[in-house]
Amino acid sequence: MIGNDRLAVRKTYKLYVNGAFPRSESGRTYEVTDAKGHFLANAARASRKDARDAVVAARAAFPKWSGATAYNRGQVLYRVAEVMEGRHVQFCEEVAAGEGLSSSKARAAVDAAIDRWVWYAGWTDKLAAVLGGANPVAGPYFDFSTPEPTGVVAVLAPQQSSLLGLVSVLAPVLATGNTAVVVTSKDRPLPAVTLAEVLATSDVPGGVANLLTGDAEELGTWLAEHADVDGIDLTGAPPKRAMEFEREAAGTIKRVVRPPATEPDWTADPGLTRMTPFLETKTVWHPMGV
Amino acid sequence: MTHVLDPDALSDDARALSVPLPPYRDVTRSDSAFRAFLHGLPGVDQVGAEARVAQLGTRSIKTTSKAWAIDTAISMVDLTTLEGADTPGKVRSLAAKALRPDPTDPTCPRVAAVCVYGDLAGVAREALGNSGVHVAAVATAFPSGRASRAVKLADVRDAVQNGADEIDMVIDRGAFLAGRYLEVYEEIVAVKEACGDAHLKVILETGELVTLDNVRRASWIAMLAGGDFIKTSTGKVSPAATLPVALVMLEAVRDFRAATGRQVGFKPAGGIRTTKDAVKHLVLINETVGPDWLDPDWFRFGASSLLNDLLLQRQKLRTGHYSGPDYVSVD
Repeated sequence: MIGNDRLAVRKTYKLYVNGAFPRSESGRTYEVTDAKGHFLANAARASRKDARDAVVAARAAFPKWSGATAYNRGQVLYRVAEVMEGRHVQFCEEVAAGEGLSSSKARAAVDAAIDRWVWYAGWTDKLAAVLGGANPVAGPYFDFSTPEPTGVVAVLAPQQSSLLGLVSVLAPVLATGNTAVVVTSKDRPLPAVTLAEVLATSDVPGGVANLLTGDAEELGTWLAEHADVDGIDLTGAPPKRAMEFEREAAGTIKRVVRPPATEPDWTADPGLTRMTPFLETKTVWHPMGV
Repeated sequence: MTHVLDPDALSDDARALSVPLPPYRDVTRSDSAFRAFLHGLPGVDQVGAEARVAQLGTRSIKTTSKAWAIDTAISMVDLTTLEGADTPGKVRSLAAKALRPDPTDPTCPRVAAVCVYGDLAGVAREALGNSGVHVAAVATAFPSGRASRAVKLADVRDAVQNGADEIDMVIDRGAFLAGRYLEVYEEIVAVKEACGDAHLKVILETGELVTLDNVRRASWIAMLAGGDFIKTSTGKVSPAATLPVALVMLEAVRDFRAATGRQVGFKPAGGIRTTKDAVKHLVLINETVGPDWLDPDWFRFGASSLLNDLLLQRQKLRTGHYSGPDYVSVD
């Protein structure tokens, strides 16, 4: 029988890099509190070297993930939503504690996050039809365009919406065939840690999504300057530093998604605007023959 | 080191010492004498060797020391391509990379040598000319070494004739493991003779020698036979260059110089892919044999992918941000 005198199991969460859960190379951790300031757990505070390792992992995972058929990618992502559904209660508790929401509002946010993931999973094999197609050209050519993933995308996840916002920025990157290095919300990282556990126990290959808990202000500059990162989503960047990150990203002509002035309403229909920035259009001119 | 003694002047007491005194002229006079000498070498404490090299992973080399280590390591690389699919074009592009490893930065040092199969040594020589970058060729039925001595010697002469000024030979591991040490020794002596002026690196293929004691014995055979360098591996067998093996071989070259006055170089090859691995080797050299060996004339890395990692780290130090594989050449 377990009485109230049972010792609490205090958690120290780790990073999610290359399909494994390493501690931060720096050994740093920080305390995560709920909306009222009560201790929740310890989280690893990622350093620039963790970001570097995550980029190496994401680069290594890119050929296989981008080379998978769109149909297969959709199935793998749908499987993630299935596992999220199994963790529904845990997500609700973490979102409620971190964002200070009532349990019904937290449940609505988690439902919306899982639905959002399913929605993006469904897009994988439809993008080519919607964004690509045959082009009418003058000459004996069959000319067509297809969207192709950009590569390794760094994502600074929203600071406020810890699960729905995170899913809304991560899922489009993965659905389009890119691999991701995500810096989670600094003060509300626990739903992201649980999502990492979901990713690790679903069929997403290691390295495709890497989640770093820590400070976007500290890591953003290293990711923006990193020559092996092809795109960066600055949604969760601190407003004062966002322009600086954008300037640094220009040094290696990265695709950049600028941060909104204030965090948007994530429940709104996202449209295609978060998928198109990290797609390249490849156009092929195929001779018609005789 | 100077105390080279004339063995003929030794007293009977000195002859009875377990470790023979220099210049070891007598230890190779018969198979049994050679075996007695080699098995009389002090045993290697394997656990101690592993514990010693494990300490290296806990070091942190930063800023100016790191920059020095990277440049030093680049200047020590034997840029290697040993594939069945090698072409003259690939060797030429490798030679171009050897001369200018980082085309965006003229301050980047050259590598020490380009290492190819013997038939392509001529192509490498033509591309490198008198630049000072050496042409190394593997010979003696590399990598297995399974051919008759006549064929091996012909292989060596052919590579030298094609323009190689360094020969990487493999020892006969079959003979070594069967205990026919004198045969291994005589083969190295014959190859050294066939090399003429070319430097001889003797590959022990430590991954096939089973124990560290065997590594020490093979090192001594190679050094006694006149090898200018001892080299860990062909790169075709795993494990290749591990740090405990490097430690044992470095101690062997240190002891050999102390005993005979002749300095022998050391080349780990195979499996060294990252800057961190390279820096660990540099630290190990400095702490085992001292700075005399921290020179491309006495220490080399046999590697192909290591150079790109060194260049990426170098670019990181120079620019302050992380570089990527798109900024170095694909070999």
